[in-house]
Amino acid sequence: MSLRIVVTVKYVPDATGDRHFADDLTLDREDVDGLLSELDEYAVEQALQIAEAADDAEVTVLTVGPEDAKDALRKALSMGADKAVHVEDDDLHGTDALGTSLVLAKAVEETGYDLVISGMASTDGTMGVVPALLAERLGVPQVTLLSQVSVEGGVVRGRRDGDSASEELEASLPAVVSVTDQSGEARYPSFKGIMAAKKKPVKSLDLDDLGIDADEVGLAGAWTAVDSATERPARTAGTIVKDEGEGGKQLAEFLAGQKFI
Amino acid sequence: MAEVLVYVDHVDGAVRKPTLELLTLARRIGEPVAVALGNGAADTAAVLAEHGAVKVLTAEAPEFAEYLVVPKVDALQAAFDAVSPAAVLLSSSAEAKEIAARLAVRIGSGIITDAVDLEAGDQGPVATQSAFAASYTTKSRVSKGVPVITVKPNSAPVEPAAAAGAVEALAVSFSAQATGTKVLSRTPRESTGRPELTEAAIVVSGGRGVNGAENFGIIEALADSLGAAVGASRAAVDAGWYPHTNQVGQTGKSVSPQLYIANGISGAIQHRAGMQTSKTIVAVNKDAEAPIFDLVDYGVVGDLFDVVPQLTEEINTRKG
Ligand SMILES: Cc1cc2nc3c(=O)[nH]c(=O)nc-3n(C[C@H](O)[C@H](O)[C@H](O)COP(=O)(O)OP(=O)(O)OC[C@H]3O[C@@H](n4cnc5c(N)ncnc54)[C@H](O)[C@@H]3O)c2cc1C
Ligand SMILES: Nc1ncnc2c1ncn2[C@@H]1O[C@H](COP(=O)(O)O)[C@@H](O)[C@H]1O
Repeated sequence: MSLRIVVTVKYVPDATGDRHFADDLTLDREDVDGLLSELDEYAVEQALQIAEAADDAEVTVLTVGPEDAKDALRKALSMGADKAVHVEDDDLHGTDALGTSLVLAKAVEETGYDLVISGMASTDGTMGVVPALLAERLGVPQVTLLSQVSVEGGVVRGRRDGDSASEELEASLPAVVSVTDQSGEARYPSFKGIMAAKKKPVKSLDLDDLGIDADEVGLAGAWTAVDSATERPARTAGTIVKDEGEGGKQLAEFLAGQKFI
Repeated sequence: MAEVLVYVDHVDGAVRKPTLELLTLARRIGEPVAVALGNGAADTAAVLAEHGAVKVLTAEAPEFAEYLVVPKVDALQAAFDAVSPAAVLLSSSAEAKEIAARLAVRIGSGIITDAVDLEAGDQGPVATQSAFAASYTTKSRVSKGVPVITVKPNSAPVEPAAAAGAVEALAVSFSAQATGTKVLSRTPRESTGRPELTEAAIVVSGGRGVNGAENFGIIEALADSLGAAVGASRAAVDAGWYPHTNQVGQTGKSVSPQLYIANGISGAIQHRAGMQTSKTIVAVNKDAEAPIFDLVDYGVVGDLFDVVPQLTEEINTRKG
């Protein structure tokens, strides 16, 4: 039977843009361009490589996000994914990590899966918890933060480079995997890929389709509340000196003045 | 007084500094009850007691080392059920964030990650976080369930506060999921003898400007003169000049030392995301227009191959 891979991808504001909070203290999506999170490109890449190595596999990309999040799905489809699922609902505005994982879990189950592949973290929220949340909700093994991954005979193996050790991990499918930016460069969409992506199916689902109550998600249903967000004051301009031969000594003087030496 | 569960990060009984910082924060909210798991768990008790732990719940079982994350979640949940705490605190390592996340689902609670400060509030603990590569500071709360909060290292001082630290064995029954992900092998990192990157008071980093693995000796020598940890930009790591474990930034470590010295690093947003909350920032870069200079308290526009060795020599001379 075909290996069903679902890749969770997030549509995020460009990190190099000027990111802000909106009045309701959610992410302001108005002023900054959005894109497929760069860290999720690695997840798409590993999914495609696993699919290529398997006899028969299908890669579905899944996003939970606003209308524009279709752009992220298109990009993943143009890289080579087969089809896409977009969970879109006005009531999702302001959903936090717990809520997002609930929606993703239902959508993954609805889609059908043997393997879920996520990025290591989103580039806007940067929590890095959704894959673990998803594994907990689905009740399947988590094999996360992998810098190397392979699937063979219904078993996923990978290397997790942790703080104190590097570990070789193994779990039976179905499982949830997340991959780091060390897992290998993501491919660029080819012209052919971009053209083909236009014809690939994108299925839209709303909360009703997934049997989720509106009050379980969104800003009102969130498990966390942001009370304030203040722009960090610009750092007061520091002293900048040009090295005329004494730069190292001048710097030492500064460090001594700050009691670091 | 309400009890606060503190998850202990330790290596064979040696408690890591971020856990002691957590105890400082926990005492602002209630009475810290520590949870120490795995090999050497009971050996953590003395240090934890000196820093305010009223109780230390311990569990040792081979499962903690042989399977990924879930056995620890099972144990933390057992401690949660036994104590009924007002909050659960962990320090923000990759693993602890995953443990926190899974516990939160199980107990029906919200989760806050990477707090840089924590205070008691009318509606439960209030966490300070930094967002969008530290361009914003937010205050948040968990609004459903018992707050589960992970705190970044170096967010609070370590303060002695003697308490009983009574050791109690924690009874843990492992869930069906506990053995789902097997750890086939584990290769510990070789110790460099330098401080842990995330815990260090001073971090000295090198970027593309260091121009070769062989030149990182200059960066290491400066680090050693200051008793600092060594960091690297992704450009330096991708080039193979320095190990990925030392990468600072969005996809590397997030550091918040007293002093950060960036050498030959331009200051891209993804690098800033991992170091912008450092107290004092210093940069050496030959390009006066490099964005890193927008952040610095002190910057030297110059060639790092001249400036850094001179600085190291001067520090060593002053130390005598
Ligand atoms: C999704 C994503 C995640 C990322 N995560 C990270 C991350 O975690 N950490 C990270 O660091 N980056 C990360 N990056 C990469 C980041 O965007 C930059 O490319 C990277 O930080 C650049 O490293 P650098 O400053 O060393 O190199 P460059 O930008 O090339 O800068 C080198 C600097 O060295 C100076 N220089 C050169 N020679 C000398 C000399 N002899 N003396 C003094 N100065 C000299 C130059 O003037 C220049 O300013 C990420 C990018 C993406 C897309
Ligand atoms: N709204 C979303 N839609 C799809 N995938 C998501 C979403 N949010 C998070 N993810 C996935 O979870 C990973 C970790 O995200 P986070 O925990 O938010 O840092 C991302 O790299 C994505 O793979």
